[in-house]
Amino acid sequence: MTEHLPVLVIIIPLVLALIAPVAGRLNRIYSWAIALLATLFSFVGSVLLLHQVMYSGTISYWMGGWEPPWGIEYVIDYFSGFVLVIVSFLAVAVTIFARKSVADEIDEKKIPAFYGVYLLFIVGLMGMIVTGDIFNLYVFLEISSLTGYALVAMGKRRKAPLAGFRYLVIGTVGATFILLGIGYLYIATGTLNMADLGARLPGLFNSKLVITAFAFFAIGFSIKIALFPLHTWLPDAYTYAPSAVSALMASTGTKVGAYSFIRIIFTVFGVQVFLNQWVSVPYFFLIIASVAMLVGSILAIAQTNIKKMLAYSSVSQIGYIILGVALMNPIGLQGGLLHIFNHALMKCALFMSVGCIAYKTGITNIADLKGLGFKKPYSMVAFTAGALSMIGIPLTVGFVSKWYLAMGSLENGMWYLIPVIVISSVLMLVYFWRVIDNIFFKAGDAVKMPATPASMLIPTVVVAALCLVFGTLAFIPVNITGKAVLLLFG
Amino acid sequence: MMEFILAKYNYWIYVIIMMIGFYAVIAKSNLIKKIIGLSVFQTSVFLLFISIGKVDGGTVPIYQGTEAVYINPLPHVLILTAIVVGVSVTAVAFALVVNIYREYGTIEENAILEMIKHDD
Repeated sequence: MTEHLPVLVIIIPLVLALIAPVAGRLNRIYSWAIALLATLFSFVGSVLLLHQVMYSGTISYWMGGWEPPWGIEYVIDYFSGFVLVIVSFLAVAVTIFARKSVADEIDEKKIPAFYGVYLLFIVGLMGMIVTGDIFNLYVFLEISSLTGYALVAMGKRRKAPLAGFRYLVIGTVGATFILLGIGYLYIATGTLNMADLGARLPGLFNSKLVITAFAFFAIGFSIKIALFPLHTWLPDAYTYAPSAVSALMASTGTKVGAYSFIRIIFTVFGVQVFLNQWVSVPYFFLIIASVAMLVGSILAIAQTNIKKMLAYSSVSQIGYIILGVALMNPIGLQGGLLHIFNHALMKCALFMSVGCIAYKTGITNIADLKGLGFKKPYSMVAFTAGALSMIGIPLTVGFVSKWYLAMGSLENGMWYLIPVIVISSVLMLVYFWRVIDNIFFKAGDAVKMPATPASMLIPTVVVAALCLVFGTLAFIPVNITGKAVLLLFG
Repeated sequence: MMEFILAKYNYWIYVIIMMIGFYAVIAKSNLIKKIIGLSVFQTSVFLLFISIGKVDGGTVPIYQGTEAVYINPLPHVLILTAIVVGVSVTAVAFALVVNIYREYGTIEENAILEMIKHDD
């Protein structure tokens, strides 16, 4: 049983994803229960896997017993184990949150199908994390993308199908570029296993084929993670998706894309080529990331819809992650990895608390939030905790990763990146303050708000509290990411 | 020059088809035409993968007791998966277009954008 755990965390939710819509025909609560069961299983499995990695090192699982590079390999190491635990944990939190939220926002008839698609989305993400095979990565990427398009389009707002369609067009072009990159690498090396590619590629870096392959990966993944200026699908998708979907996608979707991009950069191409031969590539990404951090924040200030504001804020946060990667030094990369973890927690807390407000009221305008601080104290305090982490106040998770990013910039002698980080954080303060000011310091109408169900409130508050817990006990994620960085820098 | 083009004609075809598809995705306002463009775009990549598996004088990779030169079946198998993905993408896209049509009564993107200009 335990030796098959790496594949079971994928297979069990996959099978349950097919059962959920059928069971939902008997009673629609069953489909939710099955989704919860599947995500819980994956979470427990992921924690066990990470625990196993800590005690006995990297796990390599051979699909069907075929030895890599011929067979498909699943690799669990500090990096993938860490991201797996984050994603599966947030999946559990959002699933608990989803029951009432989805019942409120989605047609009753569509709910069983919703949970099937929802589970497939999670399966796709988890598959992208554990796989050590580059074509398998593409397949899982497409599973998560396709279900992502459908989930976005299930929103009840009028623009939801259009937002989903646009996401589909841009996303498919991105995924096709990634497929092309895979094809070019296969032509160059004749292998699809990531570790094997990593061993064969050095020496081929002057080949135009390999350079083009990297360009395809860079563009494809930039679309998938919504890196500025390829972020145009993201704001609409997050805004018009159902609350639970926004919370799940914003916290895990782009993070897993970033994870795969880091895998491609460090495991497949290797850090040496970027330090020695393709030195302009990191610089290019540093510029793009800096622009993303600033422009994302500025655009967020201009929004009146709170979900759209959070979505633009995601664009700037992706900039932080890519900044850490493009610094190409261990401390900077650690900052980037920490930011994957931190941003996942923060955005999940923020989107879930926004979902709590939207429950039964449909409020998404910032101006309508006036005076809610006293009517919905718990969800608003959770929102504030997420917002403070986002800004990077000490003792919150946001501070830790920004600190590492700043240190990483200094390590490269790029002191000029620190003002960019600071300015971007100040801009975040501006747009979050506007919301917090409305929530706590402005008197609202005396309209009574519907009570938030505990099943929505508890996951929101727990995730928000974790932003503070891991900000204080920062050594836990720092230790794990430290080991992951060692692994990636080999 | 001509020889250079002819020697690698499969790659040229792949590039041309890809650009035709990409053009349709970007330039067409009709959502169905966009989907057609997207399919053409993906199909060009299938063509690339299929053509790289070709080995001169190669035969079907079925072992028949004697040694022979085989074509490389792996890219073909990969593309079987990619075709399934492509079909699913098209199916989801059509489903979304049906929803869009029910909502707005048109599948012209320009007309839809005009309609929602004043929504938030």
